Amino acid sequence: MVHRIFVVSAIAEGQSPVRVYTIEKRFSVRELRTIGRLLANPVSERFYINAFPRPASCTRAFETGFLPGVTDNVGHTVREMIEDELGVRFVQGEGVYTSQITYVELPINPLIQRVAINENLPVPRVRLTNRIKADKVSLDVSDEELVTIGKLGIKNADGSRRGPLALDLPSMRAIQTHFRNLGRDPTDVELESLAQTWSEHCKHTIFNSPIDNIAEGLFRRYIKRATEEIRKKKGRKDFCVSVFSDNSGAIAFDRRWVVTHKVETHNSPSALDPFGGAITGIVGVNRDCIGFGLGAKPVANTYGFCVGDLSDKTDLYRDKKCTQPRLTPRRILDGVVAGVNSGGNCSGIPTPQGFVLTHPRYGGKPLVFVGTVGILPRSRMRKGARSGDLVVMIGGRVGLDGIHGATFSSEALTSGSPATAVQIGDPITQKKLSDMLIREACDRGLYHSITDNGAGGLSCSVAEMARDSGGCLVDLDRVPLKYPGLTPWQIWISESQERMTLAVPKKEWRKLKALCSRRGVEASVIGTFTKSGRCIVRYRRKKVMDLSMDFLHNGFPRIPLHTKPQPRRAPPNEASPFRPETLSHPSIAGFSWISQQFDHEVQGTSVTKPLQGKGRVNGDATVIRPILSSNRGIVLTHALHPEFGEHNPYQMARVTISQAVLRAVAAGADPEKIALLDNFCWSSAKDPTRLWQLKEAARGCYDGAMAYGTPFISGKDSMFNDFSGFDEHGNPVSISILPTLLISAIGIIRDVRKSVTIDFKFPGDLVYVLSGAKSMYDALALAIRRELVASAMVVSRGGMAAAVAKSAMAGMLGVDVSLKMGKVIVSVNPKKKPTFERMMEGSGCKPIGVVTKTPEIVIGGQRTALETCIKAYRTYET
Amino acid sequence: MKPRVLVFSGYGLNCEEETAFAFELAGASADIIHINDLIAGSKKLRAYQILAIPGGFSYGDDTGAGNAYARKLNHFLGEQLRTYIDGDGLVIGICNGFQILVALGVFPRVALLPNDSGRYIVRWTDLSVERETPWLAGITTLSLPIAHGEGKLYADATTLAAMKQKRTIAIRYVSENPTGTLDCIAGLTDTSGRILGLMPHPERAIFFTQLPYWTHLKETYRRKGKRVPKFGPGLRIFQNAVRYFL
Repeated sequence: MVHRIFVVSAIAEGQSPVRVYTIEKRFSVRELRTIGRLLANPVSERFYINAFPRPASCTRAFETGFLPGVTDNVGHTVREMIEDELGVRFVQGEGVYTSQITYVELPINPLIQRVAINENLPVPRVRLTNRIKADKVSLDVSDEELVTIGKLGIKNADGSRRGPLALDLPSMRAIQTHFRNLGRDPTDVELESLAQTWSEHCKHTIFNSPIDNIAEGLFRRYIKRATEEIRKKKGRKDFCVSVFSDNSGAIAFDRRWVVTHKVETHNSPSALDPFGGAITGIVGVNRDCIGFGLGAKPVANTYGFCVGDLSDKTDLYRDKKCTQPRLTPRRILDGVVAGVNSGGNCSGIPTPQGFVLTHPRYGGKPLVFVGTVGILPRSRMRKGARSGDLVVMIGGRVGLDGIHGATFSSEALTSGSPATAVQIGDPITQKKLSDMLIREACDRGLYHSITDNGAGGLSCSVAEMARDSGGCLVDLDRVPLKYPGLTPWQIWISESQERMTLAVPKKEWRKLKALCSRRGVEASVIGTFTKSGRCIVRYRRKKVMDLSMDFLHNGFPRIPLHTKPQPRRAPPNEASPFRPETLSHPSIAGFSWISQQFDHEVQGTSVTKPLQGKGRVNGDATVIRPILSSNRGIVLTHALHPEFGEHNPYQMARVTISQAVLRAVAAGADPEKIALLDNFCWSSAKDPTRLWQLKEAARGCYDGAMAYGTPFISGKDSMFNDFSGFDEHGNPVSISILPTLLISAIGIIRDVRKSVTIDFKFPGDLVYVLSGAKSMYDALALAIRRELVASAMVVSRGGMAAAVAKSAMAGMLGVDVSLKMGKVIVSVNPKKKPTFERMMEGSGCKPIGVVTKTPEIVIGGQRTALETCIKAYRTYET
Repeated sequence: MKPRVLVFSGYGLNCEEETAFAFELAGASADIIHINDLIAGSKKLRAYQILAIPGGFSYGDDTGAGNAYARKLNHFLGEQLRTYIDGDGLVIGICNGFQILVALGVFPRVALLPNDSGRYIVRWTDLSVERETPWLAGITTLSLPIAHGEGKLYADATTLAAMKQKRTIAIRYVSENPTGTLDCIAGLTDTSGRILGLMPHPERAIFFTQLPYWTHLKETYRRKGKRVPKFGPGLRIFQNAVRYFL
């Protein structure tokens, strides 16, 4: 039985879109009226059941709704509302789906012509006709077939392929040998599971493989070693709490609290569906926070969007037949902004810190960075599944969403990119889950361990947690499904969102179950953690997977990588006289249109904001105060310079780290308590020249971190950000991203009341430029602690002139300075001149001029009206 | 005796912690209570002198901001809530909480519609207080941040005239209208003044360091040799509520 309820505006007659709720369940007319009253605003809307009057002017209308299986958040809410109100339950095969009808006016005369009522969209119910069993996959095949299986997936009975495993020939051979020794064929569940666990996305094979003469790999040699050496050198002053092991990295906040941070990318899904990709990314990285220790409370989100030229409207396609268009950079940017908006705002997590960077090289595939900072008491740090604990899945149900997401992100973007890799996050389901865990469950000892179900779904989370206990036994038929018809391998690797896996002691299960039901969170026991040394998965009591934990986690071959140095190239020339147009470059210009729609005030923790000064200019660092009763705070900032990535990747890494650290210091962070996160986004990472660039950048990371004593606490890489498509004539086009290293910095500020913003404060204040390395950073930090610095702005894109202009625009004041190179522009109360100068002695501190009342920016004698600068700076702010 | 405050939570409300903190800072004793615990009967409204429905994104704003949470409240707790409202307690709905009060029909014949910009907007606003009520005693103007997508108040001409006559318009935006809201209305009160619903967030403005240009203000105070303040303008609203019961 299908009913449709239409909700139309009662204020603006004939206004579209009309909201449509398609309800598949038997209801009486009276019940439908009750439902209509639930859905329509009594003051501003009106509802109709099954048919509604169209305005006379409307000759055509089109209806848009989701495809079957796509998450319909509003549909879920309405279902719950109906269940509450009428005391009924929706069962399998029943549901609520939403769509919108939009009117289109055509030049037709209603006096002589009829209105065409379009057909209703079919109900987007998922109907699957799989044969529900696990298949054996023969690996007694040629190398060529092994490569095909690895690249395109397991063959179905009808000859089609299931989608990429992203396993290369050496990996496929290792699996072949393993099963030959066992004397049997693998099942599809086993093969898919290995593909997930061994994916670049999960194991970071490129960073961990031997490379040239570095046997331990880049991660151990350059990233991890820097952290180890810095921690050792700091001795008792070491502030790291957890590095590279749990779902986020963590540092000490104060005696009681620990702060976590993690930055992820969600590039491939965002290229296909920017909104869905970004919202899934942000709520996904939130779970890395919720899944840290026994649960950290998310206190801030960060974001970063690298997209192509915003004016680029070239038609490019993912397939030769030109049926799958690439989305334009503008559409991608709008979509990812809307995704982070919805994910962050709905979750009640402030999103203060981020950036936008444009370059033609991101025109094929964008980079979407999303990060989450969390806080938890030290007492909540210890975790580990124990043998005998129940495997419990909580949160959303499992569908076809995101299948092959992990393997997909390890491949270049082509026409074969699977549509099921796209999904839409549901922040409210996750909010219920997160409130229940963080506020109520985690301090009551109801579980021993927790991990997010992200890439690879259960196959990765359960297998990862089972390392602590030494094995697991899972029954897939106990996993709650969104709709029937999923095959065992699909259930095991599905990336359906808003789920976490818990290790629950048997005696606590009833308490946890009761708590979950009080909070409207679904929880199911799906197996047991064991110490058998094996990962065993059953379906309808039959074993469909039985692998040793050792092979699953350590069986993948480590192939030595080789690099090929590139000839040195001259870096792009940046030094030129100040031109106000510089301020209109989208990577330099203001993006208040984004800052203003990402809630950064929620939780009441905002101290220095994304838009600073009366002139509301985007700063590069923000300060939050996560514990309202304490004056201690967290400084968040970032830096990236991919423009230099192909010229001198080593120097790129050095400059990026130096700048991220300086931005943290200039905002008020204690230089002894700044930690870094690295996100490497590379292209065609198997190419020896690209690998050389990667090695150089990693080497730069080591030297950079050592220079400032700032350890890495967490990192992530995304190695295949390439677009291989076609132009409108079907000619091949390849676009690879620039070698991109995002460094995020997180620092501690002892007293948030001493935070510094970028805006000039008063006419007559003295302006200085500071250069120099670590000692200057320390001197600046001391001056800030003594409250001698009125404003500070780190020099970055657009050079010293752009930095000066931003401070002036933020303060809505003029400035008159000489042009001198340096790293940071500060302004100082003239009365503090002697103290400040004495403190900065030997730190490359040069006076360059003065803040003025005249609304004019004068740099090296060249005058520009403040108004002209502001106009250029606000190019994108509508 | 500190007045007891019930701060609602659950289903996507998300400002309960800072709202409870603001009440406690003002001298009250605040409990964050999940709506399901009230429905199950393990907690009772009548145990509290002040009810606060905080901001958030209940049910993701699906079917209209505040609508689904209001329907749940009405269906399961309607009777208790009406008794409470007719009693002598104070009620505040902030942002999503205001949207919920509107959807409950506490302020009759008005609706909160999507902002003119069609976008969620976060920014500080300057406000004027239009009527003295227990919540707003002694305040004439103040600055508070807003953060919402559906805060444009709508009412027909008759309703607006009635609101003016009964003096139920509590707070207006001054100098600019950020959402296109009717008559610059940012907050409403009932005729008794005990119920306040407002789009801006006073709980995000309880400290000096939450103000948008506080680093500038701090320099101003310091150079004049004045003491830098500790608190922000929003705290007064919570202090007023506490004072009402003392």
